[in-house]
Amino acid sequence: MSQATEAGPATTRPAMLPPTVDGGPLAWLRKNLFSSWGNAITTVLLVACVVWLGSFLINWAVLKATFSAESGKECVGTGGACWAIINAKLRYIFFGSFPYDQHWRPLFAILAMLTMLVLSCDRRMWNAGRLAIIWGIGSVITFMLMFGQIHIPVTLISAIIFLASLAAALLRRTVADNTERTVYTAATVLSGIYLILRVLGILPSYSVPIVLFSYVETGSWGGLAVTMILATYGLAFAFPYGILLALGRRSNLPLIRGLCIGFIELIRGVPLISLLIMASVMLPLFLPSGTNIDKFLRAQVAVILFAGAYIAEIVRGGLQALPKGQFEAADAMGLNYVQRTTLIVLPQALRVVIPPLINTFIGFFKDTSLVLIIGIFDFLKTASQALVDPLWTGFPGEIYLFAAAVYFCFCFSMSRYSKYLERELNKGTQR
Amino acid sequence: MAALNGVSTVIQLDQVNKWYGQFHVLTDINLQVKQGEKIVICGPSGSGKSTLIRCINRLEEHQAGSIVVSVDGKPIELSNDVKNVEAIRKEVGMVFQSFNLFPHLTILDNLTLAPIWVKKMPKKEAEDIAMSLLKRVRIPEQALKYPGQLSGGQQQRVAIARALCMRPQIMLFDEPTSALDPEMVKEVLDVMVELAKEGMTMLVVTHEMGFARSVADRVIFMDRGEIVEEGPPKEFFANPRNERTRTFLSQILHH
Repeated sequence: MSQATEAGPATTRPAMLPPTVDGGPLAWLRKNLFSSWGNAITTVLLVACVVWLGSFLINWAVLKATFSAESGKECVGTGGACWAIINAKLRYIFFGSFPYDQHWRPLFAILAMLTMLVLSCDRRMWNAGRLAIIWGIGSVITFMLMFGQIHIPVTLISAIIFLASLAAALLRRTVADNTERTVYTAATVLSGIYLILRVLGILPSYSVPIVLFSYVETGSWGGLAVTMILATYGLAFAFPYGILLALGRRSNLPLIRGLCIGFIELIRGVPLISLLIMASVMLPLFLPSGTNIDKFLRAQVAVILFAGAYIAEIVRGGLQALPKGQFEAADAMGLNYVQRTTLIVLPQALRVVIPPLINTFIGFFKDTSLVLIIGIFDFLKTASQALVDPLWTGFPGEIYLFAAAVYFCFCFSMSRYSKYLERELNKGTQR
Repeated sequence: MAALNGVSTVIQLDQVNKWYGQFHVLTDINLQVKQGEKIVICGPSGSGKSTLIRCINRLEEHQAGSIVVSVDGKPIELSNDVKNVEAIRKEVGMVFQSFNLFPHLTILDNLTLAPIWVKKMPKKEAEDIAMSLLKRVRIPEQALKYPGQLSGGQQQRVAIARALCMRPQIMLFDEPTSALDPEMVKEVLDVMVELAKEGMTMLVVTHEMGFARSVADRVIFMDRGEIVEEGPPKEFFANPRNERTRTFLSQILHH
């Protein structure tokens, strides 16, 4: 604190140093591992266990293991792991039944998503503009690669133009000059006319095709790309959605509060599997015949809704941890609700809940594997599907260990990132 | 809309009543504050003095009576209209007992937040004003630190500067020195005395009777939600008319 420097040293006595710890690895060993008979015996026993287990593992996984083979038969009787199955099935595990000669597409889609995720982990990217650019470009690349071609309906484009020009005209009505205003009006009127004609059925539906590669429908997607899309977009949408739910649950307006509470409790009260089955089997029954919403999209929406409800409750915990004085100070300064929430409340509430939030993220990354219930081939499903091949039956241990290792890489990175984030965000606020 | 009584009146409370559930916190409060007037409000804990000044910027809602605050010379009555509330809050600064600085922002960002977002001031201009105010409360060197790195007295001085950054006409102080260690009380009071000398309109809830004596134009004594007695400090301390005032003063002055 600066008070101390202002006051200066109180006495002239030389500063006392802390007592030196007597060093050396031997001293450390004696102090920590062999301080008593009981301690020494425990140490020896545990070391023996670790050595025995370790040697067994090395023997199985490395020394006696088979790394390449024509079929599973060559692995039988070696007493070691059969990594050859991973070698043989690697591309199927990672890319599922995506057309074989097009496997580079999901590969680059995975890389695009990873880049997007890593970039948005950096605090310098945390403003709306930069995140919009990163996620916009990243998403277009990802889905362009996965689908191969995108058909954008003109109706959608004109709806966006209509809304954007209307918003611009309203927001800039005081500052815009005449030319600018004319542009807005023209855009609004033209897109509005198109929309009306389209709704009346006078104009047929056009779409703007962007065709780069052969079309691959979502039913053929599989493997890591599917898991990553479900998790990335699931959480990317569920996060802001969960924040809105949490804020709604604390709203003073009874209708909004009631809706949010009802939604959260309803979604939290059912298992994800039932929600997925509902989305895949029951939803089509309620929709008018002929409407066909992609199964993958339905699963994605189910994941978003489910994760949103959980995130909402975590964020609510953070909101409640915030002292009332913070709200009052913001109010007294004349900040309105949106300013108070985005500038004062959320930055503080969210940093309190980083550990449980990342915990939920990790949980949901793994929970996406439940989509195999409704026949979507995510990473875990393609891995287990590799065992069905009659040439390679009988090595579930190797396959699931490999799948576990891949999941672990993702989850452990998230865990480390959570630690880093806590340290980074609390830098200035700690004494 | 109720009018202000007289040109220079900046706050007028008429028959203000407030309840917390069944508990009557404020009973028939009438109060007029003239421009540049310094008013010290004192009273035992639970007497409603904090509630009273928190009603003026609508941190608490009153249920009966009217509160009118002058904004740019125009009288504005506090009502459920958010526009009126926001207009009044721009003119009325507040300092809290527990500072309530924003711990995730630097001192400078704490000060410039409201001018930038509420008054739409350019960042540079807001920072210039903030630095000059930090100089005035004698801690410009702390501008880039976070609130948690400052002492209580420093934090409260920052809180005063933060409120002043909006260039308010009126300042409300809610027990500004109660949460401070004794040796830090003076540095905060000094800043408040300076502010008073510059002609700021101030409503101060405090137990610092020395401050009341030297700065206040009027001292108000509240008990059980009522204004029991009010008068210039000299008279108030020398001849308190009411029995409850005498008891209170004897309790806080002689121990």
